[in-house]
Order: sequence, then structure tokens, then C-alpha cells
Amino acid sequence: MTTLFSGGDWSYDSLERSYQAIEAIALGELGLEIYPNQIEVITAEQMLDAYASIGLPLMYNHWSFGKQFAHNELLYRKGARGLAYEIVINANPCVSYIMEDNSMAMQALVMAHAAFGHNHFFRNNHLFRQWTDADAILDYLAFAKGYIAHCEERYGARAVERLLDAAHALMDQGVNRYQRKRRTGPQWSEARERERRAYAEASYDDLWTRTRPHAPEPPRARPDAPAPDEALDLPEENLLYFLEKHAPRLAPWQREILRIVRQLAQYFYPQKQTKVMNEGCATYVHYRVMNRLHEQGQLSDGGYLEFLHAHTAVIFQPDFDDPRFGGANPYTLGFEMMRDIERICREPSEEDRSWFPDIAGCGTPMEVLRDAWVEYRDESFLLQFLSPSLIRKLRLFELTGEEDEPDYLVAAIHNEQGYQKIRRALARQYDVSLHEPDIQVVGADLQGDRTLLLQHQVYDGRRLDEADATLVLHHIARLWGYPVVLLEVDAASGATWRRLHCHQPDS
Amino acid sequence: MRIFDRRRNPQGKSLANRQRFMRRAKRQVTEAVRQASSDRSIRDMPGEEKIVIPADSLHEPRLRHDPRTGQQDGVLPGNKHFRQGDRVRRPPEGGGSGGREGSPDGEGEDAFTFVLSREEFLDIFLEDLQLPDLMKKSVTRSEQVSYQRAGFTASGAPTNINLLRTMRNSLSRRIALRRPGRGEMAELEREIEAREAQLAEKSEAENDPELIALRARLERLRRRAREIPFLDPLDLRFNRFEAVPKPVTQAVMFCLMDVSGSMSEEMKDLAKRFFTLLYLFIQRRYRHVEIVFIRHTHRAEEVDEETFFYSRETGGTLVSTALEEMRRVIDARYSPADWNIYAAQASDGDNMTADGPQVAALLEKDILPFTQYYAYIEVAGGVGELLRTRSNLWQTYAPFSESHANFAARRVAKRSDIYPVFRELFTPETERA
Repeated sequence: MTTLFSGGDWSYDSLERSYQAIEAIALGELGLEIYPNQIEVITAEQMLDAYASIGLPLMYNHWSFGKQFAHNELLYRKGARGLAYEIVINANPCVSYIMEDNSMAMQALVMAHAAFGHNHFFRNNHLFRQWTDADAILDYLAFAKGYIAHCEERYGARAVERLLDAAHALMDQGVNRYQRKRRTGPQWSEARERERRAYAEASYDDLWTRTRPHAPEPPRARPDAPAPDEALDLPEENLLYFLEKHAPRLAPWQREILRIVRQLAQYFYPQKQTKVMNEGCATYVHYRVMNRLHEQGQLSDGGYLEFLHAHTAVIFQPDFDDPRFGGANPYTLGFEMMRDIERICREPSEEDRSWFPDIAGCGTPMEVLRDAWVEYRDESFLLQFLSPSLIRKLRLFELTGEEDEPDYLVAAIHNEQGYQKIRRALARQYDVSLHEPDIQVVGADLQGDRTLLLQHQVYDGRRLDEADATLVLHHIARLWGYPVVLLEVDAASGATWRRLHCHQPDS
Repeated sequence: MRIFDRRRNPQGKSLANRQRFMRRAKRQVTEAVRQASSDRSIRDMPGEEKIVIPADSLHEPRLRHDPRTGQQDGVLPGNKHFRQGDRVRRPPEGGGSGGREGSPDGEGEDAFTFVLSREEFLDIFLEDLQLPDLMKKSVTRSEQVSYQRAGFTASGAPTNINLLRTMRNSLSRRIALRRPGRGEMAELEREIEAREAQLAEKSEAENDPELIALRARLERLRRRAREIPFLDPLDLRFNRFEAVPKPVTQAVMFCLMDVSGSMSEEMKDLAKRFFTLLYLFIQRRYRHVEIVFIRHTHRAEEVDEETFFYSRETGGTLVSTALEEMRRVIDARYSPADWNIYAAQASDGDNMTADGPQVAALLEKDILPFTQYYAYIEVAGGVGELLRTRSNLWQTYAPFSESHANFAARRVAKRSDIYPVFRELFTPETERA
């Protein structure tokens, strides 16, 4: 076979040819199932721009995106940081952005990685299927951008900015973790907004407002009467949802904006939970595809070397004592695990047979992998598939430490006694629900001064960062309109660690 | 699969976000910009300026765990020699090896660094300053004109025809006069053909009353279409342009400096800074700015920038010669009708006492009436000199500050004075209050 392209420069023709070749391998040999692809060529500046607005090209305006942009731009110009080669959006059709500066070999790599690897994962993983709506997301973003621009015009940029500041601060707590998502789409949101406005117009009565008799204050309920918390459906862990539905003083447009931010938080939630798997899947796919292209003689040796160079850079994992160490690299872990599963399926050792009786030696690694990509998220995937041999290869070890002890304890290393512990500890590390503080609305004193009561369940003594928490409480108080109290309660003993409050919402 | 080229999409999509960001950090950015400019020579104003501002105003708080609290537990790669049960010294605060996490976005939290473009920098630097008498008073006398769109007209040159309007008129006229459409005639023709085909015999066709009627109708329609033209001269509309006098958008800036022995290098440096600021400022207000350098001792000459600032000259001091020279250059090259004229004079204040009246007369008659603004900066070598009694030149100029709105005199003793004095000169009255 002849090579698909030669030299570094890409053209639409060679993109097209390479895409066809990659498609044949990815769908034919690896058996991937994807959304239709849409590939967009963009400039470095546009890439920076997409970066800044959390990877979405069609984002509403907010100063924090400008800050991100300024920061990334500086790093990029100094050469301190390269740009990502691609950005891919979980949508149907799946949109991949590739940069014009990439060489052709890189474009091929990027297409295999994003347009097939990530695309397959988005389409098949159960979290994405359950929680995101790939068909509607681009339209919803367009609606959000338009709606927020409209609100800025109508209610002032400052008011919208303050609202978004507050909403962004609560984004991590704006996610439903258990309920099944109801269908939403831009047409629904618009219709709801129209209805609301129509009702307000129809029921407006100037005369009534001016002549309304002043009814005597209803007698206050006795302070010891039980608060009608049932109506609020407490406790509630989704703070954005709670405020959107129940904050007494928000205008309808404010609720709609809270809703937009909440929808986005929800949209990104599966990505947070599947970093290792998602990147692992994409990296594994591009690795298989590029190798196959080279075997078939469609990729020249030069192009192959360039691919290897980029690939090794992506999966580089510095040791913990290396000055370059910045945490675990999800690409490395994901890729190594996929490769490891492939090995276990094809040529298992005795150890693998006892650890993975179901898949060891089954000879069909793609089936196992495809199944894993559908059914698992990072935490459960690690718990299920991290093998002793990989623990040895990466030389993983577990450190534990108590708050006021000067030393860390090496709790486990890569030996017989350690494998299970390391596996469990690593899985915990990727469990988003353990990572993010567990904060719930537990009460709102509707009969009294309407103080909102939040509770943070403290596990293993891990408290909130006080400075940040205080700032966020101010944001919550501004949305709620009345004082807010946050109690940090130990989950095991029930004792209160700390009480944070914001008495007066600043206007 | 579809491939799109988005590179030609509108650039600068991030601009709206950047503006919001700048607005947010306004106070800090302004402070940082002023700081940056007082530290460094402004004459080689860089293309871009790196700005560091405190990060607190830009901090985005989240509810997150304090990494220092509670039990910690983490898995790390790359074990070298640890065994189970070993103890490892906790690294000092602020990460390092074995530290679990840095700050959430991986950057220092105390300061935020980013790059301002030259435009943004100058915008903030010269913010809310205004050139006095910004527009040339003689705008109406100006001979230059520019053309502006001004509606539509029924007559004009063919190149200016407005197709949209013309065709709209044509269409409405055709509808109003019921000009038969092409489709209508085509249908009639088809009917005739069909009828003709029906009547096989030709003789029969000649006499068929229906056919005759149809043909007559077609003939009527054709005549009507001929008589009512598709496009009538009545329909024509042309874009109309109006000549408006163009405001004078060019300015000339005169830099006058005393270079006699009494001016030290330091004083010249102060003067130079002031000139540069003024130049930057004027440049932002006019499309085209020229500079004329006039140096003087007891005689004056026009020189280039290099000579102006760096070459030495000895002699006495006669300020009137510089003003003469300025008047000569204006007469020769910069007609006040076409140019906005600005002048900045720097001197240590020395002048021959006898020269005073002449300077005053020149200024009064030949200079001030034609200049937009005349700034006099008296530079003093050291702090002590500020306390000195008023200089000769200051005494000569003092009355003008009172009587002429476009004349100002200030004293400057050290570098850090330059910018405040400059701001003071150009802050509009209304804002100063």
C-alpha cells in the first residue's frame, strides 16, 4: 500500500484520505461505534479561546473566561506550555477541533484520538448516555449564550455578572448524583420562559396593585411549630437546584440563569468521573490505529516516529520525587490499563489467571475493553481491572498521614499484601463523591428569619478551606437573600467541627 | 464525516470576555500600569506590557477541602526504596515531592500575570485625559471634504445606482399597473398550442372562435407588456452622497528647549520625558502627528531629535529666538488652517531680563492665537531649587496662565513629578472638581 501522505504539511485531501483509512481500522478492526464526525480546523488563538471557556466554543460571556484566556495566552507565548492538539465535544455529531499548526502525522493522530477514541467513549459509556444529551447540547449552548446576552442587555451586565459569579462558585454542588435526568432542550427552556412572561403580562393589574387593601399580618406561627420543610424536600444536595426552585427573592430570569449553569455542571459531571477511562480509551485507540497504519505501510517511518514522539510525551509519568511531578497522569494510567487488559486477555500469567479468572486468556481483548468502556467509571474500573503486574510496573505505593503528625506512613507498596490496598486506595482517589465535600441543605427557617442551614459531612476530619468557604457563603446568601449558616458535622461522631455563617447578604 | 475550515471565522471572540475581565480588574490594572510607567523610561514604550496584579479580586472561590486537614491518603507512582511501614518526612508546606496537590489551578495564588496590548496600556495610562480645544476651531474653513451617504436621489451617475430601491420601485409599479407576467403569457401560449393540437385541420383552426379569442387575449397582453416597461426611468434611484467638511486630523507638536550650559543632563531627561508623554497623547488623538524640535541658546535653530537631546551647545539664553523660529516654521510649513498646533517648552527658567518684553509680545501676538495649547515646563535640577524665587521666564509667563486658557506653566523637579503634572494639565476641568 502507498503512504497516505508524505511530508509535514496537511491538505484537505490528505485529511480526507487519512480519515478514511483510520475509519476502516477503527470501525472495522476495533469495532468502535461512533457519532457522525465533524472536524473543524482552527487557529491557535481560537484554540486558546475554546480553552478559556471550558472547552466549549459557544459559551456565554463571563470575565472568568477572559482571565483564563489571558493566563493561558501568557504561558503559551512564553513557551511555558504548549497547546492541546485537539478539543473534542460530546455532541451529536461529535465535533473535534484540530489546530492548523499541526503536522499531517499529528492530524492523523488527533483524528484517531478524538474523532474515534473519545467519540466512541462519549457515545457508549453509560454515564454519558444517562446524564448528557449529545443531540441537544450545542443548541442548548446557543440558547444559553443568547439568553444571558439578552439578560445583560435587559438587567445590566453587572447584575448578570454577580449572579454568574455566585452560580459558578456552586457549580461543584450543582449536580444531581442519583436522580435520573429529565429531558431538557432549548425549545423547552424557551417555551417555559415565554409562558412565564405571558402569565406575568396577563395577570398584571395596575388597579389592583394600587388599591390592594392592606390585610392584617397573618398571625405568626408559634416558634415551636414544626417548619414546613416537607415543601422544600430536604435534605437537598444540589445547591443550585435548591436555590433555583426555592430561593424566595430571585427573579425568574435569575432562576433561569442558575438553571443554565446547573445544566452545564451536570453536562460535565460524567467527564469528571471518567478522566482515566476516557483518556485511556482515546489513547489506546490512537495507539492501535497508528500502529496498524504503519504496519499496512500507509504511514511512513518518519510519520511513525513523529507519532511515537508525541505519544510518549502524552503518556509520560514522572516519578513522585521528580521535580516535574504534578500528580498522576490520567493518560498514562488509562493507557497502561487498557494495554494491560489486552495482555491479560492474550497471554495471561498464572497470577492474572487467579486475579482475573473471567477474562484471562479469553483471547478477545476488544470485546472486554468495549464492555468496560460501556459499563464502568474510573473508580469502579480501577477497582475491577488494576492488576498486580501494572502496580509493579508503575511502582505504585500508598502514603497515609494524620493531620498533625510530621510524617507520612507508607501504608502499602507493590507486594502481595499491598496490591489490594493500593487498588482500593487508588480507586478512592478517583471517586469524585469522596473528593468533593458532601454539602447539603438541611433546613430553612421559613417561619422565622429564613436562615438557610447547610451541613457539611466531615469524613476523616477533612474540613473545608475556610477562606474560600466564607466567600462562597456570601455568594449563597446573595442568592438566598437571607442569612446562611454552614455547619461542619463529623460524619462518624456527629460532633460539630465548626460553624461558618454569613449574617447579612450584601446587596 | 465533514471537515470545516473555521480559521476564517471572526477572530477575537474572546474580546468580550477580555473586556469583562479588564473591567473587573480595573482598579488593580490601573494601579499596575501607573506603577509600570513610573519605573521605566516611557520613551521606548514597549509594544506590550506584562502586568502583575494581586489575585484576590480575581479569585473564584469554591467549596473545597482544605488539603491540610484530616486524614490523608494517596497513591503515588515511582517507588524507589520504600517498604511498608516506612515513615516519610512530610515535605514543607507548599508542595514538593510527595505533596498531594498544589493549588487547584496550579498557579500561584498571590499574583496574576498577564499581557496588556500597547493599545490597552495606553488607554489606561492616558485614561480620562483630554486635549484642551480638541477640535480645530476653523473646521468650517477647512477646504478638505469627505463624502457621506445621505439618502437617495432620483438622478445620478450610473455607478451610484441603488439596485434594491430601483427594483423595488419597478416591482410595485408593475404590480400597480398590472403588467402581465411571463408565466401568465406562457400559460396562454400553452393553451393556444393545446387548442391548435386539438383542432387538427388548419382551416378549422382559422375559424375556431375560442382560438381567436385566446389569440386576441395574448395579443392584448403582449401589447400591454410592451407598453408598460419592465424598468422605467421613473423607477431609478441613486445613492446620494453629501460633501461634509473634514475636520483637521493632523497635528504638529513643537518641542522647544533651552540647551544652554545651565541645563544639565538630568534636566534634559526630565524635559524629554514630558515631551514623550505629550507626543504619545497627541498621537492618540490625531491621525497624523509631526514633531518639530527647536533648541535655543542665544540663537535658535530647528534640529533633528538626536541633536535636540544629545548635542551640546554653549551660549547665552534668549527665549525669544526660539519663538521667532517657531513662528518662521509655522509660516513656512504648517498653516494654522490645516494643522492643529501644540507646543511644549522646557527650560530651567533662565532668560535675559531684557528679553522678557519681546517674549511676551511674540507669545501674545504670533504664537498663542494660532496654537491649540502651549505648555511650559520649568525643570529644576534638585529639590532645593524649587524653593528658589521665581525665575525670569516664570515671571514673564505668569500673566499668560491667567489670561489664556490655552497656556499652562508648571514646575517639575523629579521624575516622579512628570506624570502627575501631565495628568493635571490634561484632566478636564469638570472632572477635576
